[in-house]
Amino acid sequence: MSFLEVNNIDVYYGDVQVIFDLTLHVDEGEVVSIIGGNGAGKSTLLRTISGLISPERGQILFEGVPIHRSPPEVIVGRGIVQVPEGRRLFTLMSVRDNLIVGAYNQRADREKERTLEEVSSLFPRLRERESQLAMTLSGGEQQMVAIGRGLMARPKLLMLDEPSLGLAPLLMKNIFQTVRKIADQGTTVVLVEQDVKNSLSLSDRAYILEHGRTVMEGPAEELLENPHVKVAYLGL
Amino acid sequence: MIYVLEDLINGILMGSIYGLTALGLTLIFGVLKVINFAHGSMLMVGMYAAYWAVALTGVHPYLALVLVIPVMYLFGHAMQDIIIKPIFKAEKQVREPITVIIVTTGVWYILDNLSLLVFGPQYRTLQDNPLRGKMLEFGDIMISVPKLWGFAAAVATALAVYLFLQKTRMGRAIRATSLDREAASLMGINQYRIYNVAFGIGTATAGIAGVALVPFYNVFPSVGVLFDIKGFIIVVLGGLGSIGGALLGGMIVGVIESVGPQVMTATWTEAIVYALFLLVLFVKPSGLFGVKYDW
Ligand SMILES: Nc1ncnc2c1ncn2[C@@H]1O[C@H](COP(=O)(O)OP(=O)(O)OP(=O)(O)O)[C@@H](O)[C@H]1O
Ligand SMILES: [Mg+2]
Repeated sequence: MSFLEVNNIDVYYGDVQVIFDLTLHVDEGEVVSIIGGNGAGKSTLLRTISGLISPERGQILFEGVPIHRSPPEVIVGRGIVQVPEGRRLFTLMSVRDNLIVGAYNQRADREKERTLEEVSSLFPRLRERESQLAMTLSGGEQQMVAIGRGLMARPKLLMLDEPSLGLAPLLMKNIFQTVRKIADQGTTVVLVEQDVKNSLSLSDRAYILEHGRTVMEGPAEELLENPHVKVAYLGL
Repeated sequence: MIYVLEDLINGILMGSIYGLTALGLTLIFGVLKVINFAHGSMLMVGMYAAYWAVALTGVHPYLALVLVIPVMYLFGHAMQDIIIKPIFKAEKQVREPITVIIVTTGVWYILDNLSLLVFGPQYRTLQDNPLRGKMLEFGDIMISVPKLWGFAAAVATALAVYLFLQKTRMGRAIRATSLDREAASLMGINQYRIYNVAFGIGTATAGIAGVALVPFYNVFPSVGVLFDIKGFIIVVLGGLGSIGGALLGGMIVGVIESVGPQVMTATWTEAIVYALFLLVLFVKPSGLFGVKYDW
């Protein structure tokens, strides 16, 4: 039994099928990348795991418990937390309030002061911006708040949807280092990325998604050397 | 001149009560993104609750708050949970849940007709209550005491709601949901529970307005409609979703209504209120004060 198991799921938006018979698993302590081009279904996969959409067929198990019929708040309560694509901050709330809302679930709420300390030491920048409205932050700072807000929920499994999107190269590097640090501190990570080189470099394993199907999977360093990956995703 | 001042003050006081009746409307819209057409009927229910609580027991009219606030909170909570939530769930994928608006219109009709059935069409007033017709005199200026208390209730309620939204765990979750439902779900917030609470609070504030009105205002089955129409104007003036805007918008309407008749016939004042409403809709749809959310 794996930590997270996704078994043969089919996902639809209305009548349109977006994910086809997809199976994957994540073990505790791993960093797993999900790689794929625009529209491959990466975000849809994460939204399904988070319970925002239900799969039409198939199962999702977390720590052995079926979660594919559970609402998002229950799934967060179990410890699966998503940092969504495009950050989705609460723009008219302060940085501090954004972070505190992250700790809304019962389990995290009890420890929120301590987690806030941890997040502040991971992103010292945010401490200075504490009372600023989230929408007035720079893109890089906003991404820090988005990740920090996710961490406030005390995830066992943290899923990040394109955290490097729209960031300058230096900031991007910064974010990837932070993700590595989070994983090193013991959180299991699922990383959706289009920056294939950087994400594979910090991952243990990866899945490659095309048109809603996994077309390849394996250890990250092997995929980095794979000819198809090199041509299609690394532009080599 | 002195009369204008008197009308101005009484207009501000009465207007703040209008604002209080609209507070729940603006809060519910801010969170659910739905205009609650039943809001005036909620106010009507609150007024009847206050009326009967006082008429049957003979206690001081404001003591009715002890009963009306919790009863109205539960009423709003239950209405959202039982009637509106299922529609919301069915329309999950829809960005603008129009059917919810239609349902609130249905609730409005049902409540108004139920009260007609149960309480009859007559106008009810709290006879010989200690606040009725009571005035404070400052030189030549007379100020209505129950309206002054209504003003205090409006300001206190707005402040309490604001602080609740700013400072509490539930309040932050409500704000987060109003800004981004889906992101809030990803933070582990059950959005339907938030809607229940927002509806409960919005309805409770209508109950407070009911208690403030009953000592000097008639209660009858369709009384909510009057306030509903004013409420929509007020929240547009003040900015849909803004708490401070609801109070200020209410005061603007109150002042136009009370000072206007000094210089023109009363029907014209209503025309002015509607003209202002349309003007704001055309020129500055985000409201006179330009803030969408102040919470
Ligand atoms: N709400 C929606 N309704 C209908 N179709 C949708 C919806 N969201 C996404 N899709 C479609 O589902 C497919 C997969 O989208 P998804 O957002 O999961 O891709 P992605 O891999 O995350 O892409 P990107 O890298 O651009 O973020 C796309 O074809 C998209 O058009
Ligand atoms: Mg995506």
